[in-house]
Amino acid sequence: MLAEALALSAALFTIGVVGVLIRRNAIIIFMCVELMLNAVNLSFVALSRYYGADGQVFVFFVMTVAAAEAAVGLAIIISIFRHRKTVNLQNINLLRG
Amino acid sequence: MTVLSAGILPLIQHAAPAAGAHPLAGTVADWLWLVPLLPLLGFVINGALSLFAVAHTGPSDPDAGHGDVAAHDHADAGHTLPGDVASGSHGDDHHPVARHRFAGIVSVVGPLMLALSFVLTAAMFFAMRSAHATEPFIQTYFTWMITGELNLAAAFQLDQLAMVMMLVITGVGTLIHVFSVGYMRDDPGYPRYFAYLNLFVFFMLVLVMGANYPVMFIGWEGVGLCSYLLIGFWFSEKANADAGKKAFIVNRIGDFGFLVALMMLFAHLGTMDFQGVAAGAPQMSTGVVTAICLFLFLGCVGKSAQIPLYVWLPDAMAGPTPVSALIHAATMVTAGVYLVARSSFLFSLAPVAGLTVALTGALTALFAATIGLKQWDIKKILAYSTVSQLGFMFMAVGVGAYVAGIFHLATHAFFKALLFLGSGSVIYAMHAAYHKTGSHEDAQDVRNMGGLRRFMPVTWVLMWIATLAIAGIPPFAGFFSKDEILTSVYARAHGSTLAEASWLGIPGSALLYFIYFVGIVTALLTAIYMTRMMLYTFHGPNRTGEAERGALKEAPWVMTGPLVLLGVLSAFGGWFNLPKIFTDFLPVGPTFALEHWLDPVVGEQQLAVTHGEAVHLSHGTELLLIGAAIVVAIAGIVVAWRMLKPEKLVPKADSPADEGFERIFAEKYFVDEGYDRAIVQPLYRGSRGVLWRGVDAGLIDGFFVNGTAWLARAFGWLGSTAQTGAVGTYAWVVVLGVVAVIGVFTLR
Repeated sequence: MLAEALALSAALFTIGVVGVLIRRNAIIIFMCVELMLNAVNLSFVALSRYYGADGQVFVFFVMTVAAAEAAVGLAIIISIFRHRKTVNLQNINLLRG
Repeated sequence: MTVLSAGILPLIQHAAPAAGAHPLAGTVADWLWLVPLLPLLGFVINGALSLFAVAHTGPSDPDAGHGDVAAHDHADAGHTLPGDVASGSHGDDHHPVARHRFAGIVSVVGPLMLALSFVLTAAMFFAMRSAHATEPFIQTYFTWMITGELNLAAAFQLDQLAMVMMLVITGVGTLIHVFSVGYMRDDPGYPRYFAYLNLFVFFMLVLVMGANYPVMFIGWEGVGLCSYLLIGFWFSEKANADAGKKAFIVNRIGDFGFLVALMMLFAHLGTMDFQGVAAGAPQMSTGVVTAICLFLFLGCVGKSAQIPLYVWLPDAMAGPTPVSALIHAATMVTAGVYLVARSSFLFSLAPVAGLTVALTGALTALFAATIGLKQWDIKKILAYSTVSQLGFMFMAVGVGAYVAGIFHLATHAFFKALLFLGSGSVIYAMHAAYHKTGSHEDAQDVRNMGGLRRFMPVTWVLMWIATLAIAGIPPFAGFFSKDEILTSVYARAHGSTLAEASWLGIPGSALLYFIYFVGIVTALLTAIYMTRMMLYTFHGPNRTGEAERGALKEAPWVMTGPLVLLGVLSAFGGWFNLPKIFTDFLPVGPTFALEHWLDPVVGEQQLAVTHGEAVHLSHGTELLLIGAAIVVAIAGIVVAWRMLKPEKLVPKADSPADEGFERIFAEKYFVDEGYDRAIVQPLYRGSRGVLWRGVDAGLIDGFFVNGTAWLARAFGWLGSTAQTGAVGTYAWVVVLGVVAVIGVFTLR
């Protein structure tokens, strides 16, 4: 049972990573980050069955942070869109040194 | 003064160890520390007055008094050889300007400190004579430094050798200080002059009183500093300042040798005080002792102006004439002779080093005497004569005749100080005469003098006494000392460790005969060039000039007084060490007084050189040697008197240039020019081309400094290109990094 749960978690995480790496739309990348967070949550929950409830407590923390992040992140993305009329990350390189 | 010494005395006596057993403890010798302290106090007072005057009236020194020097120089540029540093034509300028505001108090303090010092030294001499001390009296003041095995004490040592030197330094020094009161009367740098002169005497006393080599070295460097300061005393003229620098730099070469010798002594013996080295010297191998002696001698070569480092001394005549008398004739330049005599426990063990010393001395004596034959500047003649006489002293100490060397050192101090001060009087008169008419002729050139005996009879008589003394005419001082040197050299050629040693394959005895021969030739030349100087200066018609003639007159008594005393010493200085053959013939004084006096210090070492037996020549041989010396001296005077015609001489301005051999002598064998080509110019070129352009500008500035900056910029550029600003790239980098880390941890 654990093996299947962890495999699913790994698969979701990998999809998330690949999505972050290859997609250009900021909202999709954002959703992929959420996917990675939830993949981790899945492995926490799966492991908590064997090692006690600590993992489930962590999940709540992660979900709280993810909620906060979603609020801030979406606000930033909207702000960027208002200035640039795009959310394609290829066109946004304000960090260039 | 008394208050001050009363304050210091308990302090120092407290620090001194209880030298209970020594016969000098509890006598006046307890005041040993005061002997150098008095001149130091003079330096402090005079120096403070000098600074105080400058602070209150502005720096009037030395330019103010030489306001017309610039004009002087332009007028003179035509007939002064370019690069001839010590042409000295204006070295002794006297401009009757207002006396320094502190001149009165300085005239008292400067000479008085020396006189007190001399009185104290004389008192110690009598205490020593009655105490019959065989061991040196050592006063330790404080621990100077302790590092590892090195334990150095600041200590003075009073023994018979130091006593002779102290008497000469303070005695002749006092006379020269008194002379300076007249000679430097109107100089705007009057307090500064006496401050330097007092400081010099302090360091000279430290040099001869030090109980170990490092304390001696302090004095050694200190006198070098004062020599530099006084040669460049009139530093507003570049030639004088250059002469000072030359003296200082040339001396550095010698001081390097001295330092190496000290380090070798410490490395091999672990001690540097005289008693420790004397005790440990026999344990070192002959090679090491020879090396130490040769390095020490390198120091002597610099300080005492021997070949090849003698070049600074003639240029040192740029300083005031009393300085030439005190530092560059009577005391400082003889420090090398003192060093060899002080290190007799080393030199007597190293015959090869001894032969080197004697040979260098002999060659220098001859070389300088030939140059002296054709000099026109009266001070230059005396300067080369000094170099030559120092050569004689090294001949003596080189062959292990330490007493003869010290004896000649003392008599030379008398007659050479007299000659220099006499020439000072002459220059003073000449300068006053030329100054009166505003003429810019050279006041030091003998071609501008002539017939001065009519104007300066006292100086004339006294200078003849000194001339006869240096030429070696009995019974004047120089005869006895020079004859003892020549006799010693000859005697050592027969049976001594030196005669049996070989020097670069040459048997020692052959070398000693050669040295003796060179000595005799030099004695002949000495008589010739000194008579030449006297003839041109005091005899024949006067060439000074019609207008100036009336102003030529004897110097004031404050100047001629010391001359008279030195005249007495030059005439009777030989009495300090009359040879037996003389007292047998004419019992006028004690026999070998100095020899007996110095016996506790160098007696053993002198015997070591001659296989433990006193030198013994047959009566006939000894008479023959004395006869030869006298004949040579008289011949020199007669030859010079017959051949040289002062009547035919014309003033400097009208004189033709010297030609042929005469030119080589007059131009001093072009040694300065040779050194310039061989050493100075390559050094300049190397410094500019390699060190400045190559190393400094190229390697350090170009490669290291600018290279570092370039490297930082290159890395910065590389880093900045990685900052694309594309978040996707950053994400890739992060993921790849994480994968790499995890990969390493899993696959390990």
